Amino acid sequence: MEIKIQKRVLEANETQAQKNRQYFNDQNVFVMNMMSSPGSGKTQTLCKTLTKLMPALRVGVIVGDICTSNDADRLAVTGVKVTQINTDQFGGDCHLGASLILNSAQALDCRDLDLLIVENIGNLVCPAEFDIGEDVRVVVLSVTEGEDKPLKYPLMFRVADAAILNKIDLLPYLDFDAPLAVENMKTVHPQLPVFELSAKTGAGFDPWIEWIRIKVFEKTGR
Amino acid sequence: MHEMGIAEQLVQIALDAIPPEIENPRVEKLNLKIGKLSAVVAHSLTFCFEVIAKDTPLEGAVLEIETVPVMVQCLSCNARWEVAGPEFRCPDCKVAEVKMVSGREIEITSLELAQ
Repeated sequence: MEIKIQKRVLEANETQAQKNRQYFNDQNVFVMNMMSSPGSGKTQTLCKTLTKLMPALRVGVIVGDICTSNDADRLAVTGVKVTQINTDQFGGDCHLGASLILNSAQALDCRDLDLLIVENIGNLVCPAEFDIGEDVRVVVLSVTEGEDKPLKYPLMFRVADAAILNKIDLLPYLDFDAPLAVENMKTVHPQLPVFELSAKTGAGFDPWIEWIRIKVFEKTGR
Repeated sequence: MHEMGIAEQLVQIALDAIPPEIENPRVEKLNLKIGKLSAVVAHSLTFCFEVIAKDTPLEGAVLEIETVPVMVQCLSCNARWEVAGPEFRCPDCKVAEVKMVSGREIEITSLELAQ
Protein backbone atom coordinates (compact mmCIF):
# COMPACT_ATOMS: atom_id res chain seq x y z
CA MET A 1 0.00 0.00 0.00
CA GLU A 2 1.40 3.35 -1.05
CA ILE A 3 0.79 6.38 1.16
CA LYS A 4 1.29 9.80 -0.44
CA ILE A 5 3.24 12.24 1.70
CA GLN A 6 4.66 15.03 -0.49
CA LYS A 7 6.61 16.90 2.16
CA ARG A 8 9.84 18.87 2.20
CA VAL A 9 12.22 17.12 4.55
CA LEU A 10 13.61 20.41 5.87
CA GLU A 11 10.12 21.78 6.48
CA ALA A 12 10.67 21.97 10.26
CA ASN A 13 13.69 24.23 9.70
CA GLU A 14 11.84 26.31 7.09
CA THR A 15 8.88 26.82 9.43
CA GLN A 16 11.21 27.94 12.22
CA ALA A 17 13.07 30.23 9.79
CA GLN A 18 9.77 31.93 8.91
CA LYS A 19 9.07 32.44 12.64
CA ASN A 20 12.54 33.96 13.04
CA ARG A 21 11.92 36.23 10.05
CA GLN A 22 8.65 37.41 11.56
CA TYR A 23 10.41 38.10 14.88
CA PHE A 24 13.20 40.05 13.14
CA ASN A 25 10.62 42.06 11.16
CA ASP A 26 8.68 42.84 14.35
CA GLN A 27 11.92 44.05 15.97
CA ASN A 28 12.78 46.01 12.80
CA VAL A 29 16.30 44.59 12.71
CA PHE A 30 18.21 43.69 9.54
CA VAL A 31 19.80 40.23 9.66
CA MET A 32 22.89 39.17 7.75
CA ASN A 33 24.07 35.54 7.61
CA MET A 34 27.83 35.34 6.97
CA MET A 35 29.24 32.08 5.66
CA SER A 36 32.60 30.84 4.41
CA SER A 37 35.07 28.01 4.63
CA PRO A 38 37.20 27.83 7.81
CA GLY A 39 40.09 30.29 7.81
CA SER A 40 38.81 32.74 5.19
CA GLY A 41 39.03 35.58 7.71
CA LYS A 42 35.34 35.94 8.52
CA THR A 43 35.91 37.04 12.10
CA GLN A 44 38.60 39.58 11.24
CA THR A 45 36.45 40.92 8.39
CA LEU A 46 33.62 41.29 10.88
CA CYS A 47 35.79 43.06 13.46
CA LYS A 48 36.89 45.62 10.87
CA THR A 49 33.32 45.94 9.56
CA LEU A 50 31.98 46.57 13.07
CA THR A 51 34.47 49.33 13.82
CA LYS A 52 33.32 51.10 10.64
CA LEU A 53 29.58 50.63 11.22
CA MET A 54 29.42 51.41 14.95
CA PRO A 55 28.29 53.51 16.70
CA ALA A 56 26.22 54.98 13.81
CA LEU A 57 24.54 51.59 13.57
CA ARG A 58 23.70 49.47 16.59
CA VAL A 59 25.00 45.99 15.83
CA GLY A 60 24.73 42.57 17.49
CA VAL A 61 26.54 39.39 16.51
CA ILE A 62 25.69 35.72 16.96
CA VAL A 63 28.77 33.54 16.43
CA GLY A 64 28.51 29.85 15.63
CA ASP A 65 31.34 27.41 16.16
CA ILE A 66 31.53 23.76 17.02
CA CYS A 67 33.78 24.54 20.01
CA THR A 68 35.42 27.47 21.85
CA SER A 69 34.31 31.06 22.40
CA ASN A 70 37.47 32.43 20.75
CA ASP A 71 35.61 34.26 17.97
CA ALA A 72 33.12 35.81 20.38
CA ASP A 73 36.03 37.00 22.54
CA ARG A 74 37.74 38.56 19.51
CA LEU A 75 34.54 40.32 18.45
CA ALA A 76 33.71 41.53 21.97
CA VAL A 77 36.84 43.71 21.86
CA THR A 78 35.05 45.96 19.35
CA GLY A 79 32.33 46.63 21.93
CA VAL A 80 29.64 44.81 19.96
CA LYS A 81 26.90 42.84 21.71
CA VAL A 82 27.89 39.26 20.99
CA THR A 83 26.66 35.80 21.88
CA GLN A 84 28.28 32.46 21.05
CA ILE A 85 26.55 29.28 19.94
CA ASN A 86 28.60 26.10 20.31
CA THR A 87 27.02 23.25 18.39
CA ASP A 88 28.96 20.52 20.20
CA GLN A 89 26.16 20.60 22.76
CA PHE A 90 23.86 19.70 19.89
CA GLY A 91 25.95 16.94 18.31
CA GLY A 92 28.74 18.95 16.68
CA ASP A 93 26.51 20.22 13.90
CA CYS A 94 28.12 21.57 10.76
CA HIS A 95 25.72 24.51 10.40
CA LEU A 96 23.44 26.76 12.44
CA GLY A 97 19.82 25.67 12.12
CA ALA A 98 16.94 28.11 12.46
CA SER A 99 15.95 26.70 15.86
CA LEU A 100 19.30 27.72 17.40
CA ILE A 101 19.03 31.33 16.26
CA LEU A 102 15.87 32.65 17.89
CA ASN A 103 16.93 32.10 21.52
CA SER A 104 20.29 33.74 20.90
CA ALA A 105 18.62 36.66 19.12
CA GLN A 106 16.22 37.13 22.01
CA ALA A 107 19.12 37.01 24.48
CA LEU A 108 20.75 39.91 22.57
CA ASP A 109 17.52 41.94 22.75
CA CYS A 110 17.06 42.95 19.13
CA ARG A 111 14.88 45.97 19.98
CA ASP A 112 18.09 47.90 20.59
CA LEU A 113 19.70 46.76 17.33
CA ASP A 114 19.65 47.96 13.72
CA LEU A 115 21.74 45.08 12.40
CA LEU A 116 22.18 41.50 13.58
CA ILE A 117 25.04 39.56 12.02
CA VAL A 118 25.17 35.78 12.28
CA GLU A 119 28.67 34.40 11.77
CA ASN A 120 27.88 30.88 10.67
CA ILE A 121 30.09 27.82 11.14
CA GLY A 122 33.02 27.69 8.72
CA ASN A 123 31.74 25.34 6.03
CA LEU A 124 30.84 25.96 2.38
CA VAL A 125 28.38 23.05 2.14
CA CYS A 126 25.78 22.68 4.87
CA PRO A 127 25.00 26.28 5.92
CA ALA A 128 23.90 26.98 2.33
CA GLU A 129 21.01 24.56 2.78
CA PHE A 130 19.60 26.02 6.00
CA ASP A 131 17.50 29.20 6.05
CA ILE A 132 17.77 30.90 9.45
CA GLY A 133 15.35 33.75 8.72
CA GLU A 134 18.02 36.18 7.52
CA ASP A 135 17.52 39.10 5.12
CA VAL A 136 20.76 38.55 3.21
CA ARG A 137 23.49 35.94 2.95
CA VAL A 138 27.11 36.88 2.43
CA VAL A 139 29.85 34.42 1.52
CA VAL A 140 33.52 35.14 2.22
CA LEU A 141 36.26 33.66 0.04
CA SER A 142 39.95 34.43 0.54
CA VAL A 143 42.83 34.54 -1.91
CA THR A 144 44.65 31.76 -0.04
CA GLU A 145 41.95 29.36 -1.28
CA GLY A 146 41.41 28.16 -4.85
CA GLU A 147 39.96 30.35 -7.61
CA ASP A 148 37.62 27.49 -8.44
CA LYS A 149 35.89 27.34 -5.04
CA PRO A 150 32.70 28.92 -6.48
CA LEU A 151 32.57 26.15 -9.08
CA LYS A 152 33.20 23.47 -6.48
CA TYR A 153 30.56 24.79 -4.08
CA PRO A 154 27.98 26.27 -6.45
CA LEU A 155 25.02 26.13 -4.04
CA MET A 156 26.75 28.44 -1.55
CA PHE A 157 27.49 31.04 -4.23
CA ARG A 158 24.00 30.64 -5.72
CA VAL A 159 22.23 31.37 -2.43
CA ALA A 160 24.52 34.28 -1.51
CA ASP A 161 23.36 37.89 -1.98
CA ALA A 162 26.92 39.23 -1.91
CA ALA A 163 30.46 37.86 -1.81
CA ILE A 164 33.68 39.10 -0.26
CA LEU A 165 37.11 38.26 -1.67
CA ASN A 166 39.34 38.70 1.37
CA LYS A 167 43.09 38.96 2.01
CA ILE A 168 43.83 40.91 -1.21
CA ASP A 169 46.94 42.31 0.54
CA LEU A 170 48.50 38.87 -0.03
CA LEU A 171 48.00 38.91 -3.82
CA PRO A 172 51.60 40.01 -4.64
CA TYR A 173 52.91 36.89 -2.89
CA LEU A 174 50.53 34.36 -4.40
CA ASP A 175 49.73 32.88 -7.80
CA PHE A 176 46.04 33.49 -7.09
CA ASP A 177 44.17 34.86 -10.13
CA ALA A 178 41.68 37.30 -8.57
CA PRO A 179 39.85 38.21 -11.81
CA LEU A 180 39.36 34.49 -12.48
CA ALA A 181 37.95 33.96 -8.98
CA VAL A 182 35.46 36.80 -9.53
CA GLU A 183 34.64 35.42 -12.98
CA ASN A 184 33.92 32.01 -11.43
CA MET A 185 31.57 33.61 -8.91
CA LYS A 186 29.72 35.34 -11.76
CA THR A 187 29.52 32.05 -13.65
CA VAL A 188 27.53 30.59 -10.76
CA HIS A 189 25.69 33.83 -9.91
CA PRO A 190 25.88 36.45 -12.70
CA GLN A 191 24.55 39.42 -10.69
CA LEU A 192 26.42 38.68 -7.45
CA PRO A 193 28.03 41.82 -5.99
CA VAL A 194 31.68 41.02 -5.13
CA PHE A 195 33.74 43.12 -2.72
CA GLU A 196 37.51 42.68 -2.93
CA LEU A 197 39.07 43.76 0.34
CA SER A 198 41.66 43.12 3.02
CA ALA A 199 40.51 42.74 6.61
CA LYS A 200 44.13 43.22 7.66
CA THR A 201 44.87 46.55 5.95
CA GLY A 202 41.31 47.83 5.54
CA ALA A 203 41.75 48.22 1.77
CA GLY A 204 38.56 47.98 -0.28
CA PHE A 205 36.16 48.32 2.66
CA ASP A 206 34.25 51.43 1.55
CA PRO A 207 31.95 49.82 -1.08
CA TRP A 208 31.26 46.90 1.28
CA ILE A 209 30.33 49.19 4.19
CA GLU A 210 28.17 51.29 1.85
CA TRP A 211 26.36 48.14 0.64
CA ILE A 212 25.49 47.13 4.23
CA ARG A 213 24.36 50.66 5.15
CA ILE A 214 22.01 50.81 2.17
CA LYS A 215 20.58 47.35 2.92
CA VAL A 216 19.99 48.18 6.59
CA PHE A 217 18.39 51.52 5.65
CA GLU A 218 16.12 49.91 3.05
CA LYS A 219 14.65 47.62 5.69
CA THR A 220 14.74 49.60 8.92
CA GLY A 221 14.72 53.23 7.73
CA ARG A 222 17.77 53.84 9.94
CA MET B 1 27.70 16.36 6.36
CA HIS B 2 24.25 16.96 7.77
CA GLU B 3 22.74 13.79 6.31
CA MET B 4 22.18 12.39 9.82
CA GLY B 5 19.84 15.28 10.64
CA ILE B 6 18.06 14.86 7.34
CA ALA B 7 17.67 11.11 7.97
CA GLU B 8 16.15 11.89 11.38
CA GLN B 9 13.62 14.25 9.80
CA LEU B 10 12.91 11.66 7.12
CA VAL B 11 12.14 8.93 9.63
CA GLN B 12 9.98 11.27 11.73
CA ILE B 13 7.92 12.42 8.73
CA ALA B 14 7.46 8.81 7.58
CA LEU B 15 6.43 7.58 11.04
CA ASP B 16 3.89 10.42 11.31
CA ALA B 17 2.44 9.46 7.92
CA ILE B 18 1.69 5.83 8.83
CA PRO B 19 -2.06 5.55 9.59
CA PRO B 20 -2.42 4.73 13.32
CA GLU B 21 -5.00 2.01 12.67
CA ILE B 22 -2.44 -0.21 10.94
CA GLU B 23 -1.13 -2.87 13.30
CA ASN B 24 2.56 -3.68 13.19
CA PRO B 25 3.25 -1.60 10.11
CA ARG B 26 6.35 -2.33 8.08
CA VAL B 27 7.61 0.15 5.51
CA GLU B 28 9.16 -1.44 2.44
CA LYS B 29 10.13 1.66 0.54
CA LEU B 30 10.44 5.41 0.92
CA ASN B 31 10.24 7.45 -2.27
CA LEU B 32 12.33 10.62 -2.28
CA LYS B 33 13.15 13.43 -4.66
CA ILE B 34 16.62 14.93 -4.24
CA GLY B 35 17.72 17.85 -6.39
CA LYS B 36 21.20 17.68 -7.88
CA LEU B 37 22.13 21.04 -6.34
CA SER B 38 21.01 20.11 -2.84
CA ALA B 39 23.79 19.48 -0.37
CA VAL B 40 22.80 15.84 0.14
CA VAL B 41 24.91 12.82 -0.74
CA ALA B 42 22.63 9.87 -1.51
CA HIS B 43 25.11 7.27 -0.27
CA SER B 44 25.57 9.07 3.09
CA LEU B 45 21.84 9.58 3.44
CA THR B 46 21.19 5.86 2.91
CA PHE B 47 23.81 4.96 5.50
CA CYS B 48 22.39 7.42 8.06
CA PHE B 49 18.85 6.29 7.32
CA GLU B 50 19.75 2.66 8.10
CA VAL B 51 21.16 3.75 11.47
CA ILE B 52 18.15 5.88 12.42
CA ALA B 53 15.51 3.47 11.08
CA LYS B 54 16.75 0.58 13.21
CA ASP B 55 14.08 -0.75 15.61
CA THR B 56 11.35 1.31 13.92
CA PRO B 57 8.72 0.25 11.33
CA LEU B 58 11.14 1.65 8.76
CA GLU B 59 13.95 -0.78 9.52
CA GLY B 60 15.04 -2.44 6.29
CA ALA B 61 13.09 -0.02 4.09
CA VAL B 62 14.64 0.89 0.76
CA LEU B 63 15.29 4.55 -0.05
CA GLU B 64 14.19 5.05 -3.66
CA ILE B 65 15.84 8.33 -4.64
CA GLU B 66 14.74 10.17 -7.77
CA THR B 67 17.41 12.66 -8.75
CA VAL B 68 15.95 15.96 -9.97
CA PRO B 69 17.99 17.83 -12.60
CA VAL B 70 19.00 21.46 -12.08
CA MET B 71 16.70 23.57 -14.27
CA VAL B 72 17.02 27.34 -14.46
CA GLN B 73 15.24 30.14 -16.26
CA CYS B 74 16.75 33.40 -17.46
CA LEU B 75 14.99 36.37 -15.86
CA SER B 76 15.67 38.48 -18.94
CA CYS B 77 14.87 36.36 -21.99
CA ASN B 78 12.94 33.55 -20.23
CA ALA B 79 15.09 30.84 -21.82
CA ARG B 80 14.93 27.67 -19.75
CA TRP B 81 17.63 25.01 -19.70
CA GLU B 82 19.19 22.21 -17.69
CA VAL B 83 22.42 23.13 -15.93
CA ALA B 84 24.97 20.38 -16.34
CA GLY B 85 28.02 21.89 -14.58
CA PRO B 86 28.25 24.91 -12.27
CA GLU B 87 27.45 27.31 -15.16
CA PHE B 88 24.39 29.40 -14.40
CA ARG B 89 24.92 32.07 -17.04
CA CYS B 90 22.33 32.43 -19.75
CA PRO B 91 23.91 31.30 -23.03
CA ASP B 92 22.18 34.23 -24.80
CA CYS B 93 22.40 37.30 -22.58
CA LYS B 94 25.33 36.14 -20.38
CA VAL B 95 24.83 38.71 -17.59
CA ALA B 96 21.19 38.40 -16.57
CA GLU B 97 20.28 36.64 -13.37
CA VAL B 98 18.59 33.26 -13.56
CA LYS B 99 16.01 31.74 -11.26
CA MET B 100 16.06 28.17 -10.07
CA VAL B 101 13.20 26.08 -11.44
CA SER B 102 14.29 22.79 -9.91
CA GLY B 103 17.33 21.08 -8.43
CA ARG B 104 17.16 22.01 -4.74
CA GLU B 105 14.49 19.50 -3.72
CA ILE B 106 14.85 17.37 -0.60
CA GLU B 107 11.37 15.86 -0.56
CA ILE B 108 9.64 12.74 0.57
CA THR B 109 6.87 11.88 -1.89
CA SER B 110 5.41 8.63 -0.55
CA LEU B 111 6.01 5.49 1.44
CA GLU B 112 5.08 1.92 0.60
CA LEU B 113 3.79 -0.38 3.33
CA ALA B 114 4.15 -4.17 3.25
CA GLN B 115 0.76 -5.90 2.80
